[in-house]
Amino acid sequence: MAQPENLLYSKEHEWVKIDGDTATIGITEHAQNSLGDIVYVELPKVGAKIDQFGTAGVIESVKAVSDLFTPISGEVLEINGALADDPAAVNKEPYDGGWLFKLRVSNPAETAKLLGAADYEKFAAE
Amino acid sequence: MTASGQALRRTALYEEHARLGARLVPYAGFEMPVQYAGILQEHDAVRRRAGLFDLSHMGQFELTGERVAEWADTLTINAVATMKPLQARYNIFCNERGGAHDDTIFYRLEGRWMLVVNASNADKMWAHLNAHAPAQGVRLENRHGARALIAIQGPKSVAMLQPHVGVNLAAMKYYFCVEDRVDGVPAIVARTGYTGEDGFELFVDNDRAPGIWKALLRDHAGEGLEPCGLGARDVLRLEAGMPLFGHELTEDITPVQAGQTWALKMSKPQFLGREALAAQLASGDFSRIAGLIMDGRAPAREGYAVWFQGRAAGEIRSGSRAPSVGNKNVATALLAPEAATIGTALEVEIRGAMHPATVVPLPFYKRPQ
Repeated sequence: MAQPENLLYSKEHEWVKIDGDTATIGITEHAQNSLGDIVYVELPKVGAKIDQFGTAGVIESVKAVSDLFTPISGEVLEINGALADDPAAVNKEPYDGGWLFKLRVSNPAETAKLLGAADYEKFAAE
Repeated sequence: MTASGQALRRTALYEEHARLGARLVPYAGFEMPVQYAGILQEHDAVRRRAGLFDLSHMGQFELTGERVAEWADTLTINAVATMKPLQARYNIFCNERGGAHDDTIFYRLEGRWMLVVNASNADKMWAHLNAHAPAQGVRLENRHGARALIAIQGPKSVAMLQPHVGVNLAAMKYYFCVEDRVDGVPAIVARTGYTGEDGFELFVDNDRAPGIWKALLRDHAGEGLEPCGLGARDVLRLEAGMPLFGHELTEDITPVQAGQTWALKMSKPQFLGREALAAQLASGDFSRIAGLIMDGRAPAREGYAVWFQGRAAGEIRSGSRAPSVGNKNVATALLAPEAATIGTALEVEIRGAMHPATVVPLPFYKRPQ
């Protein structure tokens, strides 16, 4: 499937949307599809500072526990609290209602280490 | 290729799984479907309608000879010789320490017996049977991978399967079997399963299996029959409180510890593991498998530590979200006896944090009668 063009992607299958100094982060369609039915999401604490490609939490499907990484460094501003009741939103709307957390970006230059939509699509297809 | 360099085997239904878009994973040396549409959707199909499973990776042995029953009774905890013609019976092979070597089902057919063993134990069990077989009166034939096994499980399985077979399914007793035909193909039809629902298991030759699989899906998809993978099967069996070898039963976890004492016939004078099991029963002091329900939303997973009153009390052996148990997270744990009483409040350590849980009776789920 075609990836949204306005996002950047990590090789760990997270997406990030940069809006000024705020980054919204989620997992990709490819990631949610490989995980299967998501039943639990553990997100970072608001105020926590996390480093690019560092662990930000955990996503659990019926069968598996997977680490969640942040594609960019920053301080956690907000988490998607609706996922506590409805983690399946990550399956249904990975790019919308299934977003995971927002960061205040600490180093915008890090986006150079992320992939554009076309490159990510190629990477995910491998 | 697996890590050991062995090529993965494929069941006779591999092409069907690929066509249906299944996610295939290595399991016990076979490339098996873990899911098709999704584990939760497949689970729902089995609880409400019916699901179709490929279990052709499971070990199948045929046993013939006048001494089969008497001999099998010396290697297993349940009674074999008392089985009626066409009866099926759950049974456990133990080692000398009483630990489980494998859990199995015996089928008593006309003039022969069939033994179905766990896929992961098939080679071990074949060696075990041969090592213990007497010189005369027992002949063993290994059918592992040579004959397909298709299961149809769920409350609508009688209605869906009936048009394909001669036998009157509604009149068949649970844990009985018959040699019949499915769509004209010779088959062993058994009313057995591993989901906690009514259902049947069909043993058919490999080359005829795809035709039967396709016919069942073609004729009954409209009534809600869905192909189901090993992922859904594991959730279904856990909810139904059925042990899975390697989890609730291992070479180090005895049938007594696993709560399978109902299958243990101490009236048999002698069988492998009997002395160890008798000593364990007499002492009463052993860690045991208990059911847990998590209070919160974080799932308990195999290997997580369980705590009771500030002390380590055991570990999780299986865990899953359980749609048929109020969508709660359920688990089995091997627990010290003082921590295993129904109603006990425990804590499960998940990534360094303590999450409350309560001991509950097994099974978690019983089908409506």
